[in-house]
Amino acid sequence: MLYVQVLVNGLVLGGLYSCIAVGFSLVWGVLNVINILHGSLIILGSYAAFFAYQYLHINPFLFVPVAALLLFCLGYAIQLVFINRVMGSAVLITLTLTFGLNLLLYNLMILAFKADFRKVTLSPPLGSLNLAGVIVPVDRVISMGFALALVGLLYALLRGSRIGRAIVAVRMDREAAQLMGVNVSRIYAITFGLGAAMAGAAGSLFSVMFPISPETANALLGKAFVICVLGGLGSVPGVMVGGLTLGIIESYSALFFGPEFSVTISFTLLILLLMFRPTGIMGRRGYQ
Amino acid sequence: MMRVLAFAAAVVLVLLPALADNYVLRVATTMLMYSALALGWNFIGGFAGYPSFATAAFFGLGAYASGVLQTMGVPMPAAWALGGAIVALFAAALGRAILHLRGHYFAIASLVVAEVLREITNSATDLTGGGMGLNLPVLSLDVTNQARLFYYAMFIAAAVALATTAFVAHNRLGFGLRCIQQNEDAAIMLGINTLRYKVVAFVLSAVFPGVCGGIYASWVNYIDPTDVYDVLLSVKPIVMVLLGGVGTVMGGVYGAILFLLMEELVWRNLLQFHAGLLGIIVVCLVLFLPNGLRGAGWAKPWWRRRTEEAAP
Amino acid sequence: MTAMLRLANVSRRFGGLIAVNNVSFELRAGEIVGLIGPNGAGKTTLVNLITGVHRAGAGAIWYGDERIDRLPPDRIARLGIARTFQVVQPFPLMTVLENVTGGALFAGGVPTIGAAKEKAMEHLTFTGLSHLAERPASSLTLANRKRLELAKSLATNPRLLLLDEVNAGLNAAEIDAALDLIRSIAARGITILLIEHVMKVVLTATSRVLVLHHGELIADDTPGNVTRDPRVIEAYLGPKFAARYGALAP
Repeated sequence: MLYVQVLVNGLVLGGLYSCIAVGFSLVWGVLNVINILHGSLIILGSYAAFFAYQYLHINPFLFVPVAALLLFCLGYAIQLVFINRVMGSAVLITLTLTFGLNLLLYNLMILAFKADFRKVTLSPPLGSLNLAGVIVPVDRVISMGFALALVGLLYALLRGSRIGRAIVAVRMDREAAQLMGVNVSRIYAITFGLGAAMAGAAGSLFSVMFPISPETANALLGKAFVICVLGGLGSVPGVMVGGLTLGIIESYSALFFGPEFSVTISFTLLILLLMFRPTGIMGRRGYQ
Repeated sequence: MMRVLAFAAAVVLVLLPALADNYVLRVATTMLMYSALALGWNFIGGFAGYPSFATAAFFGLGAYASGVLQTMGVPMPAAWALGGAIVALFAAALGRAILHLRGHYFAIASLVVAEVLREITNSATDLTGGGMGLNLPVLSLDVTNQARLFYYAMFIAAAVALATTAFVAHNRLGFGLRCIQQNEDAAIMLGINTLRYKVVAFVLSAVFPGVCGGIYASWVNYIDPTDVYDVLLSVKPIVMVLLGGVGTVMGGVYGAILFLLMEELVWRNLLQFHAGLLGIIVVCLVLFLPNGLRGAGWAKPWWRRRTEEAAP
Repeated sequence: MTAMLRLANVSRRFGGLIAVNNVSFELRAGEIVGLIGPNGAGKTTLVNLITGVHRAGAGAIWYGDERIDRLPPDRIARLGIARTFQVVQPFPLMTVLENVTGGALFAGGVPTIGAAKEKAMEHLTFTGLSHLAERPASSLTLANRKRLELAKSLATNPRLLLLDEVNAGLNAAEIDAALDLIRSIAARGITILLIEHVMKVVLTATSRVLVLHHGELIADDTPGNVTRDPRVIEAYLGPKFAARYGALAP
């Protein structure tokens, strides 16, 4: 019974993790840029949700689209102003740039919000469900639902909309896409904006479940890495698989080794994956 | 002309402890440490072109290896040397494991190693003191002589790093690494055992930070995991080499001097936002000074291949 | 006398695609042998198998008395097998001289950089590039880049040289010049396997032609016989043409 509870915990967590990672995966897969800012963007979304709840009494779940929109604009601007200038450069350069941008954003957040933890405490609290002996907090279930819905929305966007097809085209062959009339730098900006939007939305959801502080940003970035490598880069279903897998792994390792080792275990898993199977569980597949 | 300047600089450096006060000596010691770190990174990141973020891992491991050895009674210089050897062995093994990865995958793997080492160090409380840190045995020397001792220790580390860089740059190893950086597949077809060359470069990029970590630990007498495995220790050397010229002999030194000057003059007073300002510097550097200070602005950045254009 | 290179039942598949299917042939010292076949026939894969870039799924490859199909590519290069790439692979920001020095210094077995540079200069003179020695490799015209590729391979001191479409993209005059170069290389005693689409080169320069089609070796004969071989014609032009041509052929 305990194992079932742990499994359910892992799945619920995994849903949120997929949402956390999908924006990171999109940017990495399409722009070939590792967005070190990703964790900070999530936390920024969390803070936005927190303050909206504190001062405007907007429910964080309802705030999700707002957070997504705000972060989309920020992401779009960042790509247009900074990252677009180094597209196509060596890994060292793009990585160092996003590192630098993150240092800036992260420290601005510490300056603005201080490092103490904040928590959104919903009132009235949502309580828990008891499903055949398995306890699931309602807020987590709703978060998971939202998270999966958002991931699904992105998937549909990439497959169905014009913008989505343009993004996929640019990923597959930038020059050919240009010849087809696609404005590549705008697509890059939109893609990064989408990634940031997903981060903001995830942050909003995250604020309900966990206490937030700028310091969590690095851990979230780390999880995004692991999920992308686990699930294989370049597909939304891959991120789902990776997210759920990580959620389950963390849940069980918390049971056996204690929660303080979750970061070590994820990172050791990451290194092992990189050493032996960098293409992850699902292998490489382009964004379809 | 350059030779005369270089000789003069060397003389000044050697005589500095007799000329300067402890504060200047401290800054100079930090400058020498930064030089060693930057020169170290240059082997793998500059010559071989592999974006390593593992410097913090090597520094931290060296600090703790040497520190723990000293708490067990090993004399300081031996501890430094042994610490360096341990780091070198670790780098050789790690290199074999991750140097077949390219680009982002290699960068991530190297970045994550420091995190894992930090967590392991944190948990091995009996050995390392865990999160509470490690206290190193205090030297029975007065303050001024201690300052001089650590100055000379870092000086030797930096000097050896520089000499090794110059040596490698002009011999087969350096040539081979350059070929690997330019086009690894073509390099293999020319008969270069690329894995072996990369591992050597990786070990070189580890041993200098490792020894510096050991010296640093003794210098400050107290280390903790967050301090010595700090990711900034991986990022700063990269910034320094970018400033001074990637893949050159003196690039690490120039970059370290410049970086330190900026750090001391500008940031010392902005304790709160120190890292944020570093972020701004990094962004400006990458966007506006792609060749570092040597080719400011005009030439195409070294990392733009001939036909590669930026996004339109 | 053992053949210089011997392939015995070599096969290689990529996923569902059989790129090279049960190929066997020999190359004898001093020969210039052509390797032709329609696009996608597996010619470059075959070269990759010989040079160790890919590992053969089945079969064995012998170089003299030594079995090489399990060796890493850098080792094979040091043993004396060199190849050029269809899409040239220079070291773009290094000078032409440095590019060739790389060949001499490593697989070519020259101990010091200085000596390797001298050797490299000789090869540059031989291939007609000595006046461009200090230019960055990326600034060269396509024809010269192909020559550079050739010079690099020569610098590795090969006994066997695999040339992968050296003439692609060259005009008629450039092809003639390349042909002369190939003949002078062979005159030095180097065995050459020439992968080509340009028929003129294949028919005039080679003493023997191998034909690959869908990964299979369908002909191994003199150039004259190969061009009249109905299976070769069918492979290139399709069965309808082959039937028509067969009816018209002498």
